[in-house]
Amino acid sequence: MEMSGAHIIWECLTREGVSTVFGYPGGAVLNLYDALLDFPAMHHVLARHEQGACHMADGYARASGQVGVVIATSGPGATNLVTGLATAMLDSVPLVAITGQVRSQLIGTDAFQEVDVTGITLPITKHNYLVQRAEDIVPVLREAFALAATGRPGAVLVDITTDAQKAKTEFDWEGHVPHRHLRHLPPRPDPGQLQQALKLIKAAKRPIILAGRGIDLSGARQEVLAFAEKTSTPIAMTLLALGVIPASHRLNLGMMGMHGEAWTNQAIQESDLLLAFGMRFDDRVTGDLKTYAPHAKKIHIEIDASEIHKNVKVDAPILGDLRETLRVLLPQVKTKDHSDWLEHVAALRGNVNADAILEDHGSLQAPQVIHELWKGTDGKATVVTDVGQHQMWEAQYYKHDEQKSLITSGGLGTMGFALPAAIGAKLACPEKEVWVIAGDGGFQMNMQELMTLVQEGIKVNIAIINNGYLGMVRQWQELFYKSRYAATPMLNPDFVKLAAAFGIPGRVVTARSEVADAITEARGTKGPFLLEFQVEQETSVYPMVPAGASLHNMLRRETAEPAQIGTRT
Amino acid sequence: MPHVLVAYTDDEPGVLNRVASLFRRRAFNIHSLTVGPTEKAGVSRMTIVVDTDDQGAARAQSNLEKLLNVQKVENLSIRPSVVRDLVLLRVAAESTVRPEIIQLAQSFRATVVDIATNSLVLECTGSAGKIDALLDVMKPYGILEMGRTGVVAMARGADFFGAQSACTATEALAVNFQ
Repeated sequence: MEMSGAHIIWECLTREGVSTVFGYPGGAVLNLYDALLDFPAMHHVLARHEQGACHMADGYARASGQVGVVIATSGPGATNLVTGLATAMLDSVPLVAITGQVRSQLIGTDAFQEVDVTGITLPITKHNYLVQRAEDIVPVLREAFALAATGRPGAVLVDITTDAQKAKTEFDWEGHVPHRHLRHLPPRPDPGQLQQALKLIKAAKRPIILAGRGIDLSGARQEVLAFAEKTSTPIAMTLLALGVIPASHRLNLGMMGMHGEAWTNQAIQESDLLLAFGMRFDDRVTGDLKTYAPHAKKIHIEIDASEIHKNVKVDAPILGDLRETLRVLLPQVKTKDHSDWLEHVAALRGNVNADAILEDHGSLQAPQVIHELWKGTDGKATVVTDVGQHQMWEAQYYKHDEQKSLITSGGLGTMGFALPAAIGAKLACPEKEVWVIAGDGGFQMNMQELMTLVQEGIKVNIAIINNGYLGMVRQWQELFYKSRYAATPMLNPDFVKLAAAFGIPGRVVTARSEVADAITEARGTKGPFLLEFQVEQETSVYPMVPAGASLHNMLRRETAEPAQIGTRT
Repeated sequence: MPHVLVAYTDDEPGVLNRVASLFRRRAFNIHSLTVGPTEKAGVSRMTIVVDTDDQGAARAQSNLEKLLNVQKVENLSIRPSVVRDLVLLRVAAESTVRPEIIQLAQSFRATVVDIATNSLVLECTGSAGKIDALLDVMKPYGILEMGRTGVVAMARGADFFGAQSACTATEALAVNFQ
């Protein structure tokens, strides 16, 4: 059947199983948007900024595990996607971006709203395409979806000229089965490498599993837990693995790295075998590589060959899908009892009281808010965070038991991510209770998306942790720049009045005693609700490994004495 | 230390840019990069010489193999291989020293491809080391101009490499997964 390029795009999306797309129209996608009206089953979410649309598609993909789709026009529409694409790429999120491009005869002439978006996005996508003929749309889009979702997932951009959208051609789906994405999928795990790993596992006395987002991406939660239980191995998690391993599991040590708990990092430093499952030894996780886990042999199970030996040289590299690899390994692994080691790790934990800050000392502390949110939502909410101090406190004090229940920008650390990503997450999982937790700084980076939230008629609750500073930068200035607060104090709008302008009710919370009630009110309100928590201004996130320091050299929490927790200026 | 990588890529616009961009982004130093057709239509062959250690070469290879348009990469530094570079060299050559220069050139199997009144142009093919030696010998006479192609390389021996095998592997993988 003959169809226009624009119709072919929607038909392809429909056949790829896409029901919701996020976007913003413009001159170079007029044909595409005109054809949208002929696909009434397709839900298009109109963002207020293309960056917002891109984070929405990202949040949608992270919450659902499916490919997220974002649409933007040429030129500024396309460049506004850059941050969102890099965010998705760094965290291995499957995303397809479709951008309009000026008509093919104008390419290279600096035409109105022309930008070389394939050039711009080349280093922040798995692959990108410039499509100039309607006939190429089906093969390119099919390959783009396959590529985004297979192997290590990532962002793919497809730039389509206006004439390709307008031209008519025969629609041929079956004739274009993609295959090039299969080129570099890892083979089955190498038996020699598996044997080497088994030998190390057998010899280990103090093993630790380092759990990464790859566990969720490969669907290996059950296999990892089975492995940990059979071999009595404790598990430390990256930020993006929170929830992938239930926080309440007895072997779970919580988050590792820069703001991980001291006992967790100490256990890694004392370990004699690291089992890295779908993680990539990011510098926020390892600290100084020269002193990282000096006594440990290392096994790395990883789907992306370029991650193996990249930061940490490993003894048994296993290239492959994690779930498939563990399924081969599990029956060959002998049951082990490491109770001495587990008791030792528990003892390391003994002298830390992470919960001291949660008690009422007369001032409102951000961790108290996170703790009450965790209690108030029975730990079952999908929490979407921004980036900064509140993000680390969320990671420490909201105990995630469910996979995909924490959505956060890890690798790129993108401020302004939370609100749009939460809209995407809610649309992906309407049955879930979704909370935004954002700082006062990051929230103002994409707060225009409040209107998208209202237009979509969905319930997302928003908790702004307002300390009147760009808090994490302020913390670094305090610790490493002699408290010279350059450009970090922030004048903020009245967030509740701001929300009111969007038609969203809100409430300011200033005292510890009001927190639980405010959360109950927000949850009980039919539509979205905004809570502004005015918290202690100069509290820092502890424990902390200063950038580049050894993992065991942590700045520890201050004592629980109220005067020392933080002084209000 | 220079490592020689051979990449078989789709013959499509923009592939060279993707490869070059990857080396820039991952902070590798490219010595030389040559591109040309292969024995198989639709497949290009890139010979990339990159200045790095063994681990770096492995990292460059695994990153190259993440590019959709790269079908296969061989690291020729870890197996016996033929590595050839071609140089065109304009040397200052007054008539008094010309016979001397020509004689030296012959011992490198370089050929004289142009003679002018006070200079001549030599063409020489060989390993990078041989060409460097030729340059050393010619330097005292005065090198007026130089152009090098960068290396092309091929593995020695009976093992079958080449674009044909690259695609066969791809197709075999495709069958396994479908």
